[in-house]
Amino acid sequence: MPETILVVVEQREGKLNRVSWETVAAGQALAAETGWTLETAVVGLGVASIANEVASTKVSKVYSIESAALNPYTPDAFSAALKQFLDSQKPRIVLMPHTYQVRDFIPQLATAMQRTVISDCIGYRKDGDRLLFTRQMFQGKFAADVSFACDTPWFVTFQNGAFRGDKVESGASAAPVQTVNIELPVDTIRNKPQEVFKEAKQAVDLTQAEIIVSVGRGIKEQKNIELAKQLADALGGEIAASRPICDSGWLPMDRQIGSSGQTVAPKLYLALGISGAIQHIVGMKGARSVVAINKDNEAPIFEIADVAVVGNLFDIVPPLIEEVKKAKA
Amino acid sequence: MKILVCMKQVPQKDAPLKLNEAGTWIREDVSYEVNEPDAYALEEALRQKEKHGGEVVVITAGPARAQQVLREALAKGADRAIHLEDAGFVGLDAYNTARAFAATIKDEQFDLIFTGLQSDDYGFAQTGVILAQLLGRPHATIIMQIEKTDGGIQVKRELEAGYFQFVDMPLPAVLTIQSGINKLRYATLIGIKQAKNKPLQKVSMAEVQSAVGANMQKIERMYIPHKSKKTEFLEGGASEIAKKLVDKLRNEIRVL
Repeated sequence: MPETILVVVEQREGKLNRVSWETVAAGQALAAETGWTLETAVVGLGVASIANEVASTKVSKVYSIESAALNPYTPDAFSAALKQFLDSQKPRIVLMPHTYQVRDFIPQLATAMQRTVISDCIGYRKDGDRLLFTRQMFQGKFAADVSFACDTPWFVTFQNGAFRGDKVESGASAAPVQTVNIELPVDTIRNKPQEVFKEAKQAVDLTQAEIIVSVGRGIKEQKNIELAKQLADALGGEIAASRPICDSGWLPMDRQIGSSGQTVAPKLYLALGISGAIQHIVGMKGARSVVAINKDNEAPIFEIADVAVVGNLFDIVPPLIEEVKKAKA
Repeated sequence: MKILVCMKQVPQKDAPLKLNEAGTWIREDVSYEVNEPDAYALEEALRQKEKHGGEVVVITAGPARAQQVLREALAKGADRAIHLEDAGFVGLDAYNTARAFAATIKDEQFDLIFTGLQSDDYGFAQTGVILAQLLGRPHATIIMQIEKTDGGIQVKRELEAGYFQFVDMPLPAVLTIQSGINKLRYATLIGIKQAKNKPLQKVSMAEVQSAVGANMQKIERMYIPHKSKKTEFLEGGASEIAKKLVDKLRNEIRVL
């Protein structure tokens, strides 16, 4: 039997999460390199239309794993359903996007199967017969090549943006879709989730901003936020922040950029005193230009900056505001 | 409520890190601090205890230096501490760390177990969920609020892009805590004094060895990431840099 790569796409509320295309692209690239078969699965209730959407891409097969117990999402049900499926299918490797939902159940699933997850990977590499998965360590200061030292199935999650979702290859013809009905006793599901909601106070939409001045821990004190605001005003942009600033209440939560906040793609992202933890980077790496000012020359933000200034933001921002005002006058 | 908080000591956020000679880990001669989400997990446990009574126990795994995290937790108000003390714990994968914790607490009945949602060093984001599965308990991740209910607890899960969800769940349970769930307290002088007399249990690697197996994933090589983008560094005095930057904003980035 040929070896199989299984990509589990993510659906929420009956809609495909677009980040799943990146994982399909990763699966296609890995299949091309290894010669292994690429299959996909979607898990939920009434997910046939998502299965058909995925079937149009270059994959061998799509499984629609269905059960009434899978709606709404719970880690118990997703983990139990996938375990049943994987016990019978025995793929070599299972790929998923590193979303909050996957993070919620994949360690439970892998542990139930006495396996491990190499989580939040940014790529993979074939090294002879070995497959190495690259993940960031120490908040992006280092990368590590990690190998599996256990039996299959191997579980891997990929970080948002690690592969190009728009590079997914279409199939010559639609792949077959197979529905797999899973029986799950309802009393095995312990959590009772309520409806998903958005907090009303999320009033600011930073996704449309062309210029964003964003502050991180380097701003030191709440009163210094004013300096960043002055720069944002001079530039005609919006003020934003990394998570710790909003956690401290220095700026409201709806100004937060990153995996738990907004994902932005402005023309200019000016990062003041932001080190560039992974959770922040995923929210702003779509920016057309990144300018970073940070006193730590090893800050990971410089990895993705187009223009970098190693220095004290309190020295540089005041004359910068003046120069911007002059340029605009 | 009897609450266990799993905590980790990690390098300080702005500590300059260097690779070890083998290129598999960092050189350990750096300054350390508590993993940030774990500090919020501790704070939440202390607040729950203040509301509902009970006990807060803190646990960590790591060499002697990691005791500092427990001392700080005791000074802030935790009742007792457990230190799985061995340098070998640093190299365990999430599965084995969770197995070592599970073996250590097997005779205790915690209503709640908290971990931070992930660590700043490995960033697995898995240990809490694995521990829940090993103990046969329900879990919820990335938690921003916890309320006691008649049948158990109601938690607020953070989802992506500003979405949230309330989840009702029974006790005992395991929760992974998000940074920002509360406001951190400082240790008081009196707390620091009292901490010296609080129990701190040490557990050796030998005591949990039978529960721990070989790692199922292995770091083959650690390295400084390859740069994917060409970065231009601006140098000079502050006013000179400001002028250069405005020139870039106008002529290259074209936002002025």
